[in-house]
Amino acid sequence: MSDVLLLNGRLIDPASGVDEQRDVLLRQGRVAAVELPGGLKDVKAKETFDAAGMIVAPGLVDIHVHLREPGQTYKESIATGTAAAAAGGFTSVVAMPNTVPVNDSVRGLEWMLDGARQSSVKLFAMPAATFGSLGHEITDFHELRQAGAVGFTDDGKPVLHDRVMREALMAAADLGVPLSQHAEDTLLTGGCSMNAGPVAFRLGLRGMTVEAEARIVERDIRLLRDIEEHDGLRPHLHVQHVSTARAMDLIRDAKAEGLHVTCEVAPHHFTLTDEAIGDYDTNAKMNPPLRNEADRKAMITGLMDGTVDCIATDHAPHALFEKEQEFERAPNGITGLETALGLALRVLHKGQGMTISRVIALMSTQPAGIVSLEGRGALKVGSFADVVVLDPAAEWSFDANRTRSKSRNTPFDGAGMVGRVMATICEGRVVYRG
Amino acid sequence: MTSMKPSMHGVAKSSGIAAGSLLTVADLPVTEVAAILAATDRMERMAGAERAQMLAGRRIALLFYESSTRTRTSFELAAKQLGAITTLVSDKSSSIEKGESLKDTGLTLRGLGAECIILRHANSGAPYLLAKTTGLPVLNAGDGMHEHPSQALLDLRTMLGRLSGVNAGRGDSRIDGKTLAGVTVVITGDILHSRVARSNAMLLPKLGAKVLLCGPKELLPEDALGLSSSLNGGSVGIERDFDKALKQAGSKGGGVAMMLRIQKERLAGLELDLADYIARYQLTEERLMASAPKAVVMHPGPMIRGLEIQGEVADGPNSAIEEQVRNGLAVRTALLVRALSTGGFESVTV
Repeated sequence: MSDVLLLNGRLIDPASGVDEQRDVLLRQGRVAAVELPGGLKDVKAKETFDAAGMIVAPGLVDIHVHLREPGQTYKESIATGTAAAAAGGFTSVVAMPNTVPVNDSVRGLEWMLDGARQSSVKLFAMPAATFGSLGHEITDFHELRQAGAVGFTDDGKPVLHDRVMREALMAAADLGVPLSQHAEDTLLTGGCSMNAGPVAFRLGLRGMTVEAEARIVERDIRLLRDIEEHDGLRPHLHVQHVSTARAMDLIRDAKAEGLHVTCEVAPHHFTLTDEAIGDYDTNAKMNPPLRNEADRKAMITGLMDGTVDCIATDHAPHALFEKEQEFERAPNGITGLETALGLALRVLHKGQGMTISRVIALMSTQPAGIVSLEGRGALKVGSFADVVVLDPAAEWSFDANRTRSKSRNTPFDGAGMVGRVMATICEGRVVYRG
Repeated sequence: MTSMKPSMHGVAKSSGIAAGSLLTVADLPVTEVAAILAATDRMERMAGAERAQMLAGRRIALLFYESSTRTRTSFELAAKQLGAITTLVSDKSSSIEKGESLKDTGLTLRGLGAECIILRHANSGAPYLLAKTTGLPVLNAGDGMHEHPSQALLDLRTMLGRLSGVNAGRGDSRIDGKTLAGVTVVITGDILHSRVARSNAMLLPKLGAKVLLCGPKELLPEDALGLSSSLNGGSVGIERDFDKALKQAGSKGGGVAMMLRIQKERLAGLELDLADYIARYQLTEERLMASAPKAVVMHPGPMIRGLEIQGEVADGPNSAIEEQVRNGLAVRTALLVRALSTGGFESVTV
């Protein structure tokens, strides 16, 4: 018997609106019972957690991670990346397709999702929207969907051409899955390594403008509108890692208009600004780049007012030798799975007064909804037994040397965190103990 | 005499960077600027034989990833007249061509006994990486579009020598936050790609100067005003009309017209109408006489006669271009002594 009993905890399940003390029984990978305190006192379980003072919530869902396998396992593997996910409270992650080779075939997708990869948590994937993510010809969405694709993206790059993007949106709409866009007009960002502005000028670095992000978001929204009007389809555009106030405003307006747009914000974009680059710290280099304070505040406004649908890490591990290079030569990206919850609780809950229930909604319920993960992102009877147990009062500092990831490229080494993951349970298995 | 510990300035807030490094002027206090210029004066006056003892036998590496005439030669001559042993490594004809990283190149030089590295590099910020990974004092001899600190210091010394009313060579007591008060320095041309412009625009206002940046939008974005964040007395502004800018340099506090080359190698696809540029921004005799007949004319080099500057102006009485070169040697001599003297200047000067 592999039953797990979680007693005396404060259950936060945004999906059912519960935020009070409950005892929870997990059995055969599912939630078997949710009862008022004492209601499960006669149940015997293999493992019992006393969650007094803790929060019991649906396991976190990250719809944007780079696990680097196949092809770049010196940076990360599915096993190590998902171990980091478990340590961060995540029970489901969605792997991006920019592996080597690019995940653009059923064979590649099946290989990635195979149990032999030893994922600690539930692994999903978004295969490439175009072959090789080259932006020319869309992949076989139907076939890939059958094999488990939860959406499509060329992340790392945008789908740049109007015609190809239109085709991709329509193919995704046919299947009811999102087309996830890395919004960057790469014709405007060649040679750029950070945000455009006074800091870039002072550092002598070429900067990516706000327009480079906004233009693609604007174009994609126009395509959505056009497809709804002319093709009788309702495509779902998901805008990845929004970083500018301008793009946030465009998304807010598109939602008000009734278009099916969702978006995510990464913890670093609501926590840091381009000043964090300091003296060319390559661990503060990612794409989209850290922006200015007004943009950072706009991310928080979007999170507070509901424009932002979810928090996603864009976990992007790189080896030390790659980051220990000249700033312009170092690759983009930072790790994020183990710091996301601690930053969200610090900046949004403690700093902005967002309820913990809203934080859980942004990190579990809503991202699960964006990619339609049936039975996840919620803790009711019958849901998957995906659970995070966290101590909301704990304040601690992240130590990059203790990461489960293969890489340590984070600007948050030593940064203050609020809320500590005490246990992560995925389909009834305890995959992490704090 | 001042008793400050100068050597940790000029390295910003970074940890793990050796004392004596000079990576940026951004956080260089005025007192430290004064100390460097005072040491420059002392070293210039010193007898050759005495000077040759100062760094006798010390090992200095010049690591150059970009071409250079003035900076490289002056650093090398400066090192040699101090008695140091120098070695030059350039990206061509070294293992850099085979893909060796900057870190490994630096560690190799350290392994061979280099005690200080002078670095020129095409990437902004490269000197920070080299300084952090080797732990050696590093002198930034120009990094990408970022900074050229020794150039700004030699430009300052040139201005002090030329401008009436201010005076160099009297020791550091004369150099403070008001030394260049009332002086307008017009820096004209390709500001966007210029490390010289950045270093000057961050250094000169600390001494009270008003720096006016001048050029078309493509070469001078409004973001340049971000350079004004770390200065005390002076200011940094933008004036796109060259004649108006020059008029300010011609007003009575004294002025400088510093011209910059269009950096074709960094334009990255940017199209520029050169005929139009010349018409609007070339420093001609006519322009100079009309707006700022007494202004000191400067150019960090390399200069393209007939483009940003008329040959006659470069060779004319207002020109301090050759003095800039001479001051380059003098200032770099002081910077090398600073880099290799653990106790700062006080331990090596009488």
